[in-house]
Amino acid sequence: MASAKEIKTVLFGPIFANNPIALQVLGICSALAVTTKMEKALVMGIALTVVTAFSNLFISLIRNHIPSSVRIIVQMTIIASLVIVVDQVLKAFAYNVAKELSVFVGLIITNCIVMGRAEAYAMKTGPGMSFLDGIGNGLGYSVLLLIVAFIRELFGSGTLFGVEILPLVSAGGWYQPMGMMLIAPSAFIIIGLLIWILRAFRPEQVEKA
Amino acid sequence: MEHYISLFVRAVFIENLALAFFLGMCTFIAVSKQVKTAFSLGIAVTFVLGLSVPVNNLVFHNLLAPGALAWAGFPDTDLSFLGFITYIGVIAALVQIVEMFLDKYVPALYNALGIFLPLITVNCAIFGAVAFMVERDYNFGESVVFGLGSGVGWTLAITLMAAVSEKLKYADMPAGVRGLGSRFIMVGLMGLGFMSFSGVSL
Repeated sequence: MASAKEIKTVLFGPIFANNPIALQVLGICSALAVTTKMEKALVMGIALTVVTAFSNLFISLIRNHIPSSVRIIVQMTIIASLVIVVDQVLKAFAYNVAKELSVFVGLIITNCIVMGRAEAYAMKTGPGMSFLDGIGNGLGYSVLLLIVAFIRELFGSGTLFGVEILPLVSAGGWYQPMGMMLIAPSAFIIIGLLIWILRAFRPEQVEKA
Repeated sequence: MEHYISLFVRAVFIENLALAFFLGMCTFIAVSKQVKTAFSLGIAVTFVLGLSVPVNNLVFHNLLAPGALAWAGFPDTDLSFLGFITYIGVIAALVQIVEMFLDKYVPALYNALGIFLPLITVNCAIFGAVAFMVERDYNFGESVVFGLGSGVGWTLAITLMAAVSEKLKYADMPAGVRGLGSRFIMVGLMGLGFMSFSGVSL
């Protein structure tokens, strides 16, 4: 087993230093559509973390037995089975959220974070570290998702997790909600600005002109 | 007929897969630096969408939907939980077949599409369109129109974005926003533009 320092890098590195969405451009497909509410973003984050962690674990366990010519199909099968499990669990225990997430739970299958980590990390590393790597990348994804959802839900509907924070004008309060925050394009702009902020603090991530 | 036209227009403009549902964004952001490559990728995606949405529609209605196996003597079975794994399998197989077919019979197109073809399997736009087709319960005719329409819409979006990216190369931006950041903001603005179509009532 690796040293404590290495574990820390693998687990926490993806959150800011090497964020899968902001730096590696992975998994944005589903990242933005589920961020109108904190609750949706949280459930999506947890679902993706679970899938990434376990797909990394299982792929790493059998990595020496997978012929390289069919590895993509093997990875796909493992990931798809895990997503089916997650989907069924969500439908059983959190039906309303599952309904709102609609197709986006299924889209975890084609989420590049899961495939990317399986291919880039789990195929080369032992099961323990791969599991942690999956959790770390899942967390990096969830953190970014939650930040975007925080901004969009707070300014778009004046609530957080459905609890009223800024009383709306329509309900007798003072806050005029920004309708734009609830529509799709605002998520892109927010994430673009977040990348800008992140890179202002970490100049080494800036792209060459 | 009118119904199909309005479905097509909705899939292309109002519910554009890339700009309204963020699907296929990974390739969208990574590839769209040159108009030419973006356009060939768009053609490939349209091709696969036009095939895989109807095929998965048949698979769903004849094998997976609750009671669909009645013809085989199992009227009570509900295999819809196997959906995800079946769709992705069908998509992967179709992409493989298309690739082999083009390689043998239309080598010019095959060379033009190059490495994009195999990558399409993991393109979220394809899987997303299939999942939407199942969720919205389209029939076979609608699924053909929806598949083609979403493909055209996706091609339109990615080509337009590549065109903007080509011009942006000459822009002098602050260091932090260069590259990825600016591309996100740009897609956001384009999405806003496309939202104006949602006022079109069909």
